Amino acid sequence: MRKYAVIGLVAVLTACIGKNSKVQFASNELTVLEQSKTNLDSIKLDVFDFNGLKPLLNKKDDAIYVINFWATWCRPCVKELLYFEKLNREYAGKNVKVILVSLDFPHLYDSKLKPFIKDRKIKSKVVALDDADMNSWIPQVNEAWSGAIPATVIYRNDKRKFFEKSFTYEELENEVALFLK
Amino acid sequence: MKTAIKLILVMILIVCMSSFTYNVVNEGYKIGDVVDDFSLKNINGEKVSLADYKDAKGYIVIFTCNTCPYAVAYEDRINQLNEIYVGKGYPVIAIMPNNPQIKPGDSFKAMQERAKKKGFTFPYLMDEGQTVYPKFGATKTPHVFVLQKEKNVPVVKYIGAIDDNYKDANAVKTRYVEDAVNALLKGAKITNTETKAIGCTIR
Repeated sequence: MRKYAVIGLVAVLTACIGKNSKVQFASNELTVLEQSKTNLDSIKLDVFDFNGLKPLLNKKDDAIYVINFWATWCRPCVKELLYFEKLNREYAGKNVKVILVSLDFPHLYDSKLKPFIKDRKIKSKVVALDDADMNSWIPQVNEAWSGAIPATVIYRNDKRKFFEKSFTYEELENEVALFLK
Repeated sequence: MKTAIKLILVMILIVCMSSFTYNVVNEGYKIGDVVDDFSLKNINGEKVSLADYKDAKGYIVIFTCNTCPYAVAYEDRINQLNEIYVGKGYPVIAIMPNNPQIKPGDSFKAMQERAKKKGFTFPYLMDEGQTVYPKFGATKTPHVFVLQKEKNVPVVKYIGAIDDNYKDANAVKTRYVEDAVNALLKGAKITNTETKAIGCTIR
């Protein structure tokens, strides 16, 4: 245990040399994490198999749905998550709805996913997809999807577009704009 | 002491999450395509090529890594695949495609440690310079390509997942890779030549 602590410390110090602001950020995050451990009950998480998720991918209510497939362990996913959050915030009045579909492992819902949602104060709707038979459902999301995440579907009624890529906020806005007309 | 360790782990996590880039890979080998040989370093620093396996009938090429939870979930099953098929002429060749500068957990040293810890019975190669995975069109880990030698040239016969349950090896119903190699061994048609599975984007 002590050995790991030393290794960890060295790693952090190495990573942080000349980056004081980041250390500050890290310790702030830490406080938040510790405070929030106590109450995860307020986090509601719908867990679906693909049949359960399907209706969310096929709504016909004229809203623009932005469905992002992600996981807490996927770094590019986590990085772009704040753009989806921003989109959800800024386009709520334009009938844009963001749904974040987590592919986290089910045994980590309570220890990883829920604390993540709580600590990052995620406001977009988060659901978890627990369906091991991936070959059956990945092509139903999109034929072109290789299965790599992050991946995103944007749709409005019958018009839809699929992306197996990471987004910047600008790119996301531009794609959504094509559905706004 | 325990709190200190937790603090440190959280800090590492946050620092590590701060900056990563992403490359899009599009084209790659399709079923029936001939595969160019490669020469990649194994964990002992020796170069390994497909051509080194003179008696092989084919290969089970698996792009995998240390850091992806899906890849880790399949480590034991990859070992088993090699144990079953190396003697039948289809050795597993594992390739770690990530850039260790982006993913330090996939460094050469980390690969050596992982291979030792898990007792990998197959070569675990590093795609140094990331030149091989784009040719295959691998996008994620784990990502499997079953090859068959035809006129002594490796040809792609199967692309995709190892089986249909990443969570639980005991709950697997269809073993895609085993089914594909068994079909090749019998000279039969492969039922599923391409399958999809969630994986970690290669970076």
